[in-house]
Formats: sequence, C-alpha cells, structure tokens
Amino acid sequence: MTVYLPIAEISVNLFLILGMGGAIGLLSGMFGVGGGFLMTPLLIFVGIPPAVSVATVSNQITAASVSGVLAHWRRGNVDFKMGLVLLIGGIVGSVAGAWIFTILNSVGQLDLMISLSYVIFLGTIGFLMLFESVNALINTRRGTVKRKKLHQHYWIHGLPFKMRFRKSKLYISALMPLGIGALVGILSAIMGVGGGFVMVPAMIYLLGMPTSVVIGTSLFQIIFVTANVTLLHAINTQTVDVMLALLLMSSSVVGAQIGTRFGTKLRGEQLRSLLALLVIIVCLKLAFDLVITPDDLYSIGAGGH
Amino acid sequence: MFFSTRLQIKTFAIFYALALTWAPQSHAQSSLVTDISSHLVSVTSDFTGTELLLFGAINIDDDEEGPNRGDVLVVVRGPENDVIVRRKERVAGIWVNTKAIEFARVPSFYALASNRPVQEIAPPDVLKRLRIGPSRLNFRAAESEQEKLPFEEAIVRQKSLANLYSDQETAVYFLGDTLFRTTIAIPTNVPVGDYIAEFYLFKDGELLGAQSSPLFIKKSGLGRQIYDFAYDYPALYGIAAILLALLAGWIASAIFRKD
Repeated sequence: MTVYLPIAEISVNLFLILGMGGAIGLLSGMFGVGGGFLMTPLLIFVGIPPAVSVATVSNQITAASVSGVLAHWRRGNVDFKMGLVLLIGGIVGSVAGAWIFTILNSVGQLDLMISLSYVIFLGTIGFLMLFESVNALINTRRGTVKRKKLHQHYWIHGLPFKMRFRKSKLYISALMPLGIGALVGILSAIMGVGGGFVMVPAMIYLLGMPTSVVIGTSLFQIIFVTANVTLLHAINTQTVDVMLALLLMSSSVVGAQIGTRFGTKLRGEQLRSLLALLVIIVCLKLAFDLVITPDDLYSIGAGGH
Repeated sequence: MFFSTRLQIKTFAIFYALALTWAPQSHAQSSLVTDISSHLVSVTSDFTGTELLLFGAINIDDDEEGPNRGDVLVVVRGPENDVIVRRKERVAGIWVNTKAIEFARVPSFYALASNRPVQEIAPPDVLKRLRIGPSRLNFRAAESEQEKLPFEEAIVRQKSLANLYSDQETAVYFLGDTLFRTTIAIPTNVPVGDYIAEFYLFKDGELLGAQSSPLFIKKSGLGRQIYDFAYDYPALYGIAAILLALLAGWIASAIFRKD
C-alpha cells in the first residue's frame, strides 16, 4: 500500500514509513534520545529529498518532545529558567541555521553539507560514547568505579552575567547556556535534529547540571526550537511534509512506549555502547556515500533562483 | 496560474503555425481525427500511476494503393520549468557539486510513441524542428553547445530513469488501415500541470497533418489541499504543522500515561 506525500512529491510504501517511525521510536524510547539524528538519514536513504527530510523530522520531534516533557514535568524534572535561557540561544541559532540552510539550498551544496555535518557529529559523538561506555563496562567488571568530583572549576566559571538556577543548583554565567543553545539551534535547522545528543552531554559536562533535570530541560527547549525550525523551513523553502510528519509521529510514539519498557531491562553502559555502535554505523554509511563514485555525477534541481 | 495559461495558449499557437507550415497543400484531403481516453488525470494520495489511451483515425486520400498507409507519431509534453543541472567532482576525496548549468523551459514530462523508429518516418531536420524525441528537445542555456551537451544528456538520462521521458518506437498500433491507438504510461511521480498531447501524421517523410489537445494532470483530494496550503500560505502552514505536532504529542502522552 502506497501513500502520496504531497510536499516530497513522491509515493512511498505506507508500511515502510510506519516501520521506520516505529523502529526509531523504539530506539529513542530505549536510549532516551530524540532519534532525529537517525530518522533524518534513514529518510534520505529511502529517497525522501534531504531538505524535506530535515524540515519534516523537525516537525515530528516537536511532537515527540511534547509527550516526553509532559512526563518529566509531572516528576518535577524540568528547570524552566535554564530552559528559557537555552531557548533564547536556540531561537537565535535556529534563525541563523535556517538562513544558512536556504543559502546552501540555492547554491546546490545543501545535501553535501547535511551529510558532512552528520558524518562529523555522529562520528565524534559515536566514538566518544563508545570509549566512555566500554571503559565503564570494563571498570564495573573490575569493580573499580572511580568517584567523580562533585564540583569542578574551569575557565567557564569566570565569565560575566552570572545567574542563579535553583533547580539545577548552579550559579553560572548566562553566556554558557546561551552559547550552547545557539549552537544546538544551528544544528537543529541544518541537520533536522532536536540536538539532544549534543545538548545533553554539554549540560552535564560543561554546565554541570544534575542528570535528573537534564533530559526534561533539554526536551522543554527542543519543543520550541524545533517548532521554530519547522516554521522557518515552511516559510523559506516549503519543505515541511505534514503527511510524512503525521505518519512518523503516530508510529514513533508507539515504538517509544515499547522501547521504554525494553530500556529498563538493560544496563546503562550496555545501552550506551549499543547506541554508540548504531551511531557509528549510520556515520560510516553516510561517509561511504560521500566517498564512493556516485552512479550519476549529474543531479537536477529546480532553477529560477 | 494566469501566466501558465498564457504560455499554454502561446504553445498552442506555435504548434499550429508549425503544423500548417509543414503540411503541404497536395494532400489537402488527408485528415486526422484524434482523442484521449481522459483529459484529466487526478493524482490522489493513493495514486499509483495510470495509463492513457490515445487513439484516432487517419484518412489519406491518395491515388496510390500500397502497404504504406502513413506514419503516426504521438507526443505528450508536460509543463516546462527551469532546471539547474549540477556536476559532481572529487574534491579532497569526497564528491562535491562544482559546475552548474541552468536550462530554461525543460519539459517536466515527455513521452513519444510511434509506429516505427522516427528516423525512418521523417528526415532529421524535420524531427529537430518539431522537437520530436527526448534527444531532440534542445534545451536552452547560456553556455555553448559543446559545454551544455553532457548536461543535456544528463537531463534526458535521469528523466528517462524516473519514467518521465520515454521513447517507444513501436507503441502505435494500427487497427486496419485507418484506426490507430497507443498507450502512454503516467507514472506515480508525474509532475502536475497543463499537458499537451500532439498527434502527427506523416507519409513518405512528409507531414500531412497535426492535431493537439490539452491534458490536465492535477493533484486532487487531501494531497492537493496540503500542497496548495503549503505554497500559498507558508507561515500559516508552518503554524498548523506545529499545532498538529503539539496536539499529537499531548494525545500520545495522555494515552500512554501510567497512573
């Protein structure tokens, strides 16, 4: 059974799209990640134009983040003040990112830049996660768990505009979350991701936020940044396919619920090393496609720019 | 919309002018009557492609009796738009778009059917002038003939792969001496817009008659409405997409809430 996607302007197999949404949802539920960084490349692999994939996945992430943040909010795990500061940075970053996206699209380098960004980010994060989780696995085997310092001082703590974030038990410069928000906003607009995979480590290791509020706060901020990205892409390039977004939303939500139940049965280090492997596989596939000689050296795009 | 209709009228005008110039007076009695099974194709959300039947009757009022009863060419052209063709080159190990050529008014769809290979039907200059066959479409660009050739070939190659350009040399069948028919496949990915179906009647390399009729390929149903909404009111569309996502997220959370 095929379904016609009005903005992508192609017909796709309904069950393929639902299956992909379900599978990514399952993984995101298991690993507690948004899944945009896997969904966007997968859509590109099955033939959805990269620009449409990026814009549509942003739309789907908004939905996924809303359902996620409500659960965290009920448990009181959202630092709204920190979320707002991150968000201001995120809005600025996503406007800049959408502007870059539109320019790249008109000069014909968008697909390349999307792939390159993915290779760089997935590669870096995948290998970092793999080393970290394998180390942790080895350490637990040996029974030597290193204790982390409770509080560390870096050059970051010398920055001006200090603000107090009660929920995160922090007194730090507002420039840090603003900068992180802006960076993630740019990534979000260009790569079609929520940016959780950059934001979460940054919040833990750079800002020093307690792990309990990190996920909820990042989800809170992702809702608004991806909503903004959706709006900007809809206005600038008309690449948001709501039909595709609806199919992905409905299937990924179900997958995520099942995934959450699986996730509780696996150990943290095992989960992270599995996720790291998955990230590295996607990264290698994208890198491989950039390097091998394409079937056709020519590509056709819409003219009149 | 207004512009495209005017363009269409202009295309018709050029077509008739060409056809008249090429129809010699000696065969004034020869006639060509044609029609299409449907002048409107609706692309709905479950559209999986369709086939159009193009048929007609020819009447060659000729003195000579013989097996050669004339040749029929059927052409279906889609709406024209400007395209940019880019060529990749290896830069520092990876493939990067480097050279680009912009072509004006490239048909988004082009199907040709004939009863035998077109080279046997008409001389090359006539085929070139009438732009018959994917390789004779002669796209316009600012670059020199030599420079643009590989880019032109790329358009024809890729559109053919996508089933948007086709050249079926033996797809026109005669039923008896006067009736003919052919089918042209309309693929799933067919571009929407105003199409034109052209019928040419040749005998011994001479154009005896030509006919054309309009054909409309439209998106209909929900797909059409979504597409129009996205392009006519992009900001509202974006807001609607966001609201939809917020609603979907909230519903999901409500359904799966564990209390």
